[in-house]
Amino acid sequence: MLKLSKVCKTFNEGTINEKRALIDIDLELDEGDFVTVIGGNGAGKSTLLNLIAGVHDVDSGSIVLDGTDITNQKEHMRAKFLGRVFQDPMMGTAASMEIEENLAIARRRGQKRSLRWGITHEEKFHYSERLKSLDLGLETRMHSKVGLLSGGQRQALTLLMATLKKPRLLLLDEHTAALDPKTAQKVLALTEEIVGRDALTTFMVTHNMRDAIRYGNRLIMMNEGRIIYDVRGEEKRTLQVSDLLKKFETMDAEGAVNDRILLGLKVE
Amino acid sequence: MGILLAMQGAVSQGVLWSIMTLGLFITFKILNFADMTVDGSFALGGSISAVMIVKLGLNPYVSLLVAFAAGTLAGSITGFLHTKLKIPGILAGILTMIALYSINIRIMGQANTPLLNIKTMLSLFEDLGLEKTTGSLIIGSVFSLGIVFIMYWFFGTEVGSVIRATGDNERMVRAQGVDTDSMKNIGLMISNGLVALSGAMVAQSQGYADVGMGTGTIVIGLASIIIGEVVFGRRFSFWYRLLAVVLGSIIYRVIIAVVLQLGLKSTDLKLLTAVIVALALGIPVFQKNVSKRRA
Repeated sequence: MLKLSKVCKTFNEGTINEKRALIDIDLELDEGDFVTVIGGNGAGKSTLLNLIAGVHDVDSGSIVLDGTDITNQKEHMRAKFLGRVFQDPMMGTAASMEIEENLAIARRRGQKRSLRWGITHEEKFHYSERLKSLDLGLETRMHSKVGLLSGGQRQALTLLMATLKKPRLLLLDEHTAALDPKTAQKVLALTEEIVGRDALTTFMVTHNMRDAIRYGNRLIMMNEGRIIYDVRGEEKRTLQVSDLLKKFETMDAEGAVNDRILLGLKVE
Repeated sequence: MGILLAMQGAVSQGVLWSIMTLGLFITFKILNFADMTVDGSFALGGSISAVMIVKLGLNPYVSLLVAFAAGTLAGSITGFLHTKLKIPGILAGILTMIALYSINIRIMGQANTPLLNIKTMLSLFEDLGLEKTTGSLIIGSVFSLGIVFIMYWFFGTEVGSVIRATGDNERMVRAQGVDTDSMKNIGLMISNGLVALSGAMVAQSQGYADVGMGTGTIVIGLASIIIGEVVFGRRFSFWYRLLAVVLGSIIYRVIIAVVLQLGLKSTDLKLLTAVIVALALGIPVFQKNVSKRRA
């Protein structure tokens, strides 16, 4: 359903800070795939996700979603197909607006905004039901400003917003990295629940090897702008942290991985 | 007696200027954009309205509409400079403002246009035997309350909610499939439309339009918004905040009138206004420093 062909991206080209973020990426996602993406700092995970979302333009190559070439489509145009949750819990919501106002904006993702009232009575009831399913007590605070919520609550709300209107592809950019471990696990469990219930095709970038192994049906490892490992099915199910570490060590022997990257992997 | 008369004049001026402040509220408070265009678009509204009445013999009320339309155009130019040419917001506003100085003189053919012995929006009230200030107060109140009502409605609609969100978190708005550039443009257009409308009404009420009448508009608007917030608080519903803007404008004019009565020169007012705004914007920083030292 999503196909990336020969995608390249270089930042600050021609300057001393030149960084080849992605090199000839070929990747194909199948319907219903839940892909976890791991790799060290600067491996290109977030860049890959941002190119799919349209935050940056690709230098070369193409991105095709459901048969439509979206390579040159603007960010707000592709948003129609994409649900996104960011690493920074502040990024996904409007802090000065109420919970229900944020949800109402998200429910209209990809639709033309009219001069109708921004939120209807029926949808308020619907939101309260959905908030109840988060089990955070937010359904009683629908008029609270989002800025008053904790990071975990905001991230759960962003997740709900991203899936309120069913996306073709859910993009999660290290969405639990800024949370404490307990909250992170809760948000991840919630993610799995929503993804499973709606059978969403999902692309989840993470720093955490255990999470990358525990969730999803497919795992991609990235390094220095390339995909270096891609497992799925039975092989993915039986994967151990030690296997991933070994993978990194062999790369280390080849000189492809250095300590900085290993440290970036936060082994637990 | 003199002071009472001055107060009445101040209140009616405040109501007319509050329409400008409501416009500035859209850019400064909702979009989080310090829009310098307003200095130019305020005078633009005054110039257009005066010329329409004096040279074209147009109905004074129709000239208000034309002024509003011209203001939206000025706002769209700042929007174009900012969103399409990627010029920083403040500079984009300054460019339009400077350009409008020349344009306003072109429109009037000279630096000012008197509106003496001619039908203005206030003639209606004078025919009824009312004072000019009373007339200004009535028509100003009708307009500003009407605009508060329309703004309350508009910013509650789907488009309006997204404009509010754009001022808060652009990335989130784009992720929800909305072109933030268009939202900023709409906000700038409505804002400058209201500012020009206010300029047209002020020109008609004071009996002349002048190319310099908009100088310092943004600072006066900010002072009014801040006074409204300080006096009426800010954690309240949207319509309350809009009313606070209108009342803030009135209080600002009353303060000015009092200071003038105390013997300050009218040319000192811009200094006074700048000091008020600088102090008000600095108070949060000052408070933070104090609480840090206590901790």
